[in-house]
Amino acid sequence: MLFDKTKFTSKTVPLFVMVSPATAWLVLLIAIPLLYIFVISFCSTTESHNIAFSFTLKNYIKLFDRTILSIYWNSLSVSVLTAVFCVLIAYPFAYIMVKTSPLKRTLMMVGLMLPFWTNSLIRLYSWRTLLGRNGYVNDFLIYIGVINEPIEMMFTRSAVVLGMVYTLLPFMVLPIFAVIDKLDKTLIEASKDLGANFIKTFCYVILPLTAPGIFAGVIMVFIPSLGLFFVSDLMGGGNNQIIGNLISRQFKEAFNWPFGATLSIMLIAITIFLVRVYTKKGGKLDELGAV
Amino acid sequence: MERQNNLSVKIFSRVFSFFVFLFLYAPIVVVILFSFNVSKRNIVFEGFTLKWYGEMLNNSALLNSFYNSLIVAAVSTTIAVIVGTLAAIAMHRYKFKGKGIIDALMYVPIVIPEIVLGISLLSSFALANVPLGNITLIIAHTTFSMPFVVFTVKARLSGFDRSLEEAAMDLGANRIKVLLGITIPIITPGIISGAALAFTLSIDDFVVSFFTTGASSVTFPLKIMEFVRSGIRPDVYALSSIIMLATFIVVIASQVAAYRKSKE
Repeated sequence: MLFDKTKFTSKTVPLFVMVSPATAWLVLLIAIPLLYIFVISFCSTTESHNIAFSFTLKNYIKLFDRTILSIYWNSLSVSVLTAVFCVLIAYPFAYIMVKTSPLKRTLMMVGLMLPFWTNSLIRLYSWRTLLGRNGYVNDFLIYIGVINEPIEMMFTRSAVVLGMVYTLLPFMVLPIFAVIDKLDKTLIEASKDLGANFIKTFCYVILPLTAPGIFAGVIMVFIPSLGLFFVSDLMGGGNNQIIGNLISRQFKEAFNWPFGATLSIMLIAITIFLVRVYTKKGGKLDELGAV
Repeated sequence: MERQNNLSVKIFSRVFSFFVFLFLYAPIVVVILFSFNVSKRNIVFEGFTLKWYGEMLNNSALLNSFYNSLIVAAVSTTIAVIVGTLAAIAMHRYKFKGKGIIDALMYVPIVIPEIVLGISLLSSFALANVPLGNITLIIAHTTFSMPFVVFTVKARLSGFDRSLEEAAMDLGANRIKVLLGITIPIITPGIISGAALAFTLSIDDFVVSFFTTGASSVTFPLKIMEFVRSGIRPDVYALSSIIMLATFIVVIASQVAAYRKSKE
């Protein structure tokens, strides 16, 4: 009896003290706000741009509006290209990092992360000096004779993709690095002993074993790239809008919060879908948080 | 043959890494170089000057926004570290009802696009009639940075020997003493890296801040976005270069320290 009581207080009191602030925070500032935008996604707006709490599905019908389909298309193509380029850059980079000496590995890791301690808007803005009509990249290309006239590089879709890759690259490198680092070297040796060349070993052994890391990286790059509207503002100059711009506009300019909420619910649905597929395939949530 | 292969792999590795770092650092070189540029347009380098570093000191709107960012980051990091560390310790040590739900909620701010967090907080603040300003900004920043503190501390705890705590208990130390004397010192590296991450996320945040602040409270990234419309002047680059230099020193010093420790 007495024993039970001490056991009760010795566990419950500290547990309660330690867990309740975080729990309250997560419920009040994550769970409830997300539920709330789910609720207002079924509401309409009054004349004075307030939310009218009456049930409607018109925001969901509006998702298929002709005028915004082109924004989805632009946004999805930016995100897909971003994910593809990130994999193409991050995979060899992570592979080199695993193979090199510990000192060089540390240097590469620090070198990769260091820019991210500087303001991302400034780093994106200064691309204008490099990619502008009179920029250094155009000068260089004219100098080596690839082009005769300066080409328009800023404020194009390619510039938006470049900005996204620039902003999100480490989120692809880290999970891929983690899986390559944990790769069982004996399997590669076995494949070589059985006579496979590097390309075969890579395609049949290394790639399948490191696929979960690529998937984790794709989630960490693809999903944010749908929403990072400042990248499209800075690099695309307003002509290359993504879903994030559309949402931002509903809240800051059009004052149609219910429709903005509906678009956000769509992004949440995409997120849940991708994460579900990822965990179904055996991916661990922990590896998504590996920052 | 094997040797030749190795050599070509080596050359490829060098060249590839060089281009990746060129891509990552070219814009940073531009920021630093053009902070010394005579012309106020950031198009061509016309000549060396230090005048922008002086102008920066007179740009009170810029300095105030940076100062405000520091305050928001310091307060939100402090709250995130305290709340997050306690939660991480409890979640590592105990099994309890609803643990799975808390765990899942922690992943939400990491996985969902920032803009969704931003607008859901904005809507909720509006619903609760909370005026937008530094308070809402701090609350929002704590919300997205706390999970990162929990994860870094949990990672540190998973490699930690429970028997140390039990030994201290057997020797008569009470719960608070064990927490302060043993658990906290062991997880300190995790707390520090979690705090560094939380601070960086807060200082650099644009998206969530864009939705959760009012006219009374502007942060450094928001101010920069405001300047973009009229074209960023080199004094903004000057302040950025100083901030960069400071963070580079801190990061490199901590890495050198960590590397030396791992060598020992």
